[in-house]
Amino acid sequence: MSTSPEFRVDVYQNEYLPVGGREVNAIVTVAATGSGGAQAQGAAPAAEVIIVDCSGSMNYPPTKLREAKRATAAAIDTLRDGVRFAVIAGTERAGMVYPREGGLAVADARTRQRAKSSVAQLVADGGTAIGRWLSLADELFRGQDDAIRHAILLTDGRNEHESPAALEQTLAACHGRFVVDCRGVGTDWVVDELRKVANAMLGTVDIVADPVGLEADFQAMTATAMGKSVGDVRLRLWTPQGATIRFVKQAEPTVLDLTGRRIATSAQVGDYPTGAWGTESRDYHVCVEVNPAKVGDVMLAGRVSLVSVSPDGRDEVLGQGLVKATWTEDTARSTKIHPVVAHYTGQAELAEAIQEGLEARRVGDLDTATAKLGRAVALAARSGNTDTATLLAKVVDVDDPVTGRVRLKTKVSQADAMTLDTRSTKTSRVRKS
Amino acid sequence: MTTNLPCPDCGTDVSPDDQFCEACGGGLGVQAPVDGCAACGATEIDQDGFCARCGFRRPAARDRIDLDLPGVAGVSDRGLRHEHNEDAIAVRRVDGCGEVVVVVSDGVSTSDNPEDASAAAVEAAADTLVAALREGDDPARATRSAVVAAASAVAELVRDKPSDNAPACTIVSAVVSADRVTVGWVGDSRAYWLDRDPDAPSSCLTIDDSWATQMVAAGLADEETAFADSRAHALTAWLGADAGEVRPHTITVRPTGPGVVLVCSDGLWNYLWDADSLAAQTLPLAMTAPLASARALTRFALERGGHDNITVAVVPFPPRPASTGSTQE
Repeated sequence: MSTSPEFRVDVYQNEYLPVGGREVNAIVTVAATGSGGAQAQGAAPAAEVIIVDCSGSMNYPPTKLREAKRATAAAIDTLRDGVRFAVIAGTERAGMVYPREGGLAVADARTRQRAKSSVAQLVADGGTAIGRWLSLADELFRGQDDAIRHAILLTDGRNEHESPAALEQTLAACHGRFVVDCRGVGTDWVVDELRKVANAMLGTVDIVADPVGLEADFQAMTATAMGKSVGDVRLRLWTPQGATIRFVKQAEPTVLDLTGRRIATSAQVGDYPTGAWGTESRDYHVCVEVNPAKVGDVMLAGRVSLVSVSPDGRDEVLGQGLVKATWTEDTARSTKIHPVVAHYTGQAELAEAIQEGLEARRVGDLDTATAKLGRAVALAARSGNTDTATLLAKVVDVDDPVTGRVRLKTKVSQADAMTLDTRSTKTSRVRKS
Repeated sequence: MTTNLPCPDCGTDVSPDDQFCEACGGGLGVQAPVDGCAACGATEIDQDGFCARCGFRRPAARDRIDLDLPGVAGVSDRGLRHEHNEDAIAVRRVDGCGEVVVVVSDGVSTSDNPEDASAAAVEAAADTLVAALREGDDPARATRSAVVAAASAVAELVRDKPSDNAPACTIVSAVVSADRVTVGWVGDSRAYWLDRDPDAPSSCLTIDDSWATQMVAAGLADEETAFADSRAHALTAWLGADAGEVRPHTITVRPTGPGVVLVCSDGLWNYLWDADSLAAQTLPLAMTAPLASARALTRFALERGGHDNITVAVVPFPPRPASTGSTQE
């Protein structure tokens, strides 16, 4: 029972507003820590579905399918005994690979072996319809409300055998029901498309340009999924009457806008699904507009709670933090931006600048591309986001990282451009003390 | 529901529903606690003290105080620009003789914990005054003892919380007896005599211990020039550990007709300082409804901008005779 982590919520903000000020910004840090010692990993029931793209293009080059099979086998080996699981082959339809008759198998030595034999016989032949793959996964997860539900989705191409609207519809239906980590192998898939799937399904997205990297990646993803101990965690935000929520974003480890995902539970309270949690920490940026009050007045501009929703509908508050507003005439106090808020505001702008810069480059608007990517270089340098700075340096030649003076490289590999795009939302941490 | 408590002044058992002590007429604490949110009226307050509807924090107890005793009323308000109410007020009735005691203090906002200073000052002064008057002391003598007692109470604050910038405050007290009004003060909080007869003179009874007033008194500047100076409000005397020897000023007047004693902090008189204007604004309402009058003056200062804490006490003269103990509805 005591395997669930302890949640600690901290709020970083400058609560002072000028006379007439409305906008309250705060970074809410949620840290889930194991409750004591070597924690028995994931005593919580878990269900895992692995979706392998079996479209024809997986044969070109053949290493893609071969490595995808090895990776899937590695993932299956990482499932601990008792985990309910299945493998789906994705084409223009979705087919059961294991267990062939449908439903979920319970992991043990025998089922793991059978599953791997079935995976080894996979052939690549067909199209791509990601929405249908997810619909089958959703069906398999039905009735598994007590389990932490996670899927791995691997694709190598564009979602061309169903309409974007159909995919949208499926994502809306599946949102919050399970978490999907998405991987694109090779360079023929569409970053924006897969990012949309990962964002909607509260999972990660990454590129595995060289298929050889798949095995380690699948293993790591499965291990992380096995380490989750609380499923269906929601960020619950109370705001005062008359307030407007400007946005709610995950700010770390990646930028993820949650604003539109609000599930209103009352006029003043809304929930934002965050998926499953292991021992980890995430930061959220909350921006609320309140009605201004008198100098010296103190207002609660937001109460942020982490709530675990159990299958029987009972809510358990895991932790909470208060976002406050105090009006002052002292401009030295009210004009200060909290360094943590400033940092993550910069990281969100960084992600946006990269995506817009790469899009401009793609359509041949080189001036915009240079300006946006230059801005990104400056932001990455200033915030110490060295991972992103390194990726940017593969796309632009940097003359001055401080001012962001850059030149577009004339030859950029597709893999480098896609890697930068995919990882543009990865943020760097900031010292909070 | 009727657990009786002792009256803080005379010790007689009083019912928790009573506003005043049946024996001594002393006020039993501040106004009834506000239920729910002071900003929007919602009743649900969360465990952190914020309104569950509008998010306002329940105001600090001192943000707004309305005191209403027979024959004396007072209001202390945080105003619109300060984060805390650093003014303090105490009002008492002395049993038997019907004397009314009022003390107002204004914490010096540039000192440390000024709200502690003003609270300590009014409590010490009011307690000392009541005790001395009961003993039969002359009001002027009692007033001097009270100011000295307040000065030591404020000076002693640094003993618990050492500070380079010792808590400091002003003080003004008034004892309103059947035949006279005795005022004592240090600093720039004021007491006024406002005559009921519009043709009789009203006047400010105190002389501020402030740079501007001292310049005018010394003939070094006219009032307009002095008050326009940036140093105008700098105090030349105050209560506090760093105040040196405190020399209370006192004055006693014997009004020939009815009127009102008005005691206030500069949060009010900054907006309305002329005694005749104050009289015109306050009378005749204050004679019969001191609380309404104190509230009206506070509202006036708030409407003018409320730049400072506002504290106002109103005592009709001659004072209302002591309660006979049978007036409870």
